[in-house]
Amino acid sequence: MSDTTLHILNRGPNQAELLNHCLDSYSDGDALLFIEDGIYWATEHYAEQLSQFHCFALKPDLEARGVSASGIQTVDDAGFVDLCINHSRSVSWS
Amino acid sequence: MKFTLLIQSAPIDSQSSATALRFARALLAKGHEIERIFFYRSGVQSANRLALAPQDETNLPLEWQSFISENQLDAVVCIAAAIRRGIVNAAETARYGVEGDNLIEAAELSGLGQLVAACAASDRVITFGGGA
Amino acid sequence: MKRFLIIARQAPYGSAAAREAIELALACALFDQPVSLLLLDDACFQLLPEHKPAAIQQKNLAAMQQSLPLYDIDKIYICEKSMHQRGLHPESLSLEVVPLDAAGMKKLIREHEVVINV
Repeated sequence: MSDTTLHILNRGPNQAELLNHCLDSYSDGDALLFIEDGIYWATEHYAEQLSQFHCFALKPDLEARGVSASGIQTVDDAGFVDLCINHSRSVSWS
Repeated sequence: MKFTLLIQSAPIDSQSSATALRFARALLAKGHEIERIFFYRSGVQSANRLALAPQDETNLPLEWQSFISENQLDAVVCIAAAIRRGIVNAAETARYGVEGDNLIEAAELSGLGQLVAACAASDRVITFGGGA
Repeated sequence: MKRFLIIARQAPYGSAAAREAIELALACALFDQPVSLLLLDDACFQLLPEHKPAAIQQKNLAAMQQSLPLYDIDKIYICEKSMHQRGLHPESLSLEVVPLDAAGMKKLIREHEVVINV
């Protein structure tokens, strides 16, 4: 398993600076999972600026908020676990 | 793999504690182990037995209590963070000369050393909540 | 043994966040785990000198900060961009800092097994 990081972001556009720090910290091979209020970043409006990052969005949180992910993979809770397994560390941006 | 879960935000004021519980369930369902669940900062409110929920709402401390005891998990609430926020057991209230206690039975009050030790012994550490 | 990176983002005194981040960093050191501290955003203000929190009935964070070097946490990493946005300079801060750009932050994270954003 390679030495990569799963970034987990749970806040939305009110905390744009948090996303900036997250993206600044993102290395090649990392993944970025949007959960809770962070799922708004997974919508079409932000798709282009995030296209170079390997992004995922948590299904229950998308569904709760009536929002669809655009061009990024959605995962359920089991998929969330798999992402944690596949990356050697996680950083939660909260 | 062995996981340590760190919860840093209170129920109601944040979704993080609820997300952590769902994640914890998914972890066990996939056959992974939970080394320890540690509640820090406002996350200590997840262990408040006196949080009451109307019939049609989720009582998160009650759910944590059930989950921890049914699965015989190790759950620690940071004592320094907890007592300051009014999450206390009988030993602490006796020490301070006040009445009452509200810590869920399935969790114990202890120091940050328990978090450090758990992280050192785990393959993965996942944090829920925190920040402001 | 794991290398811990504690990330702080909040100003001192307006919430317990600053104190609870340093307490966690100190706990790591006390339990013999190598630990680094990274300040982002308003956490940069934690290193302004001359705190007098008695005015608001709080304990002085500086006392905790001064004990960091005693536990081998003698360099505090700080986000260069956050510092500049706030008009801060390393020379005017109360502890020695290592400013990091984005490349530096990526590298710092990769050097630690456990990263906790407090």
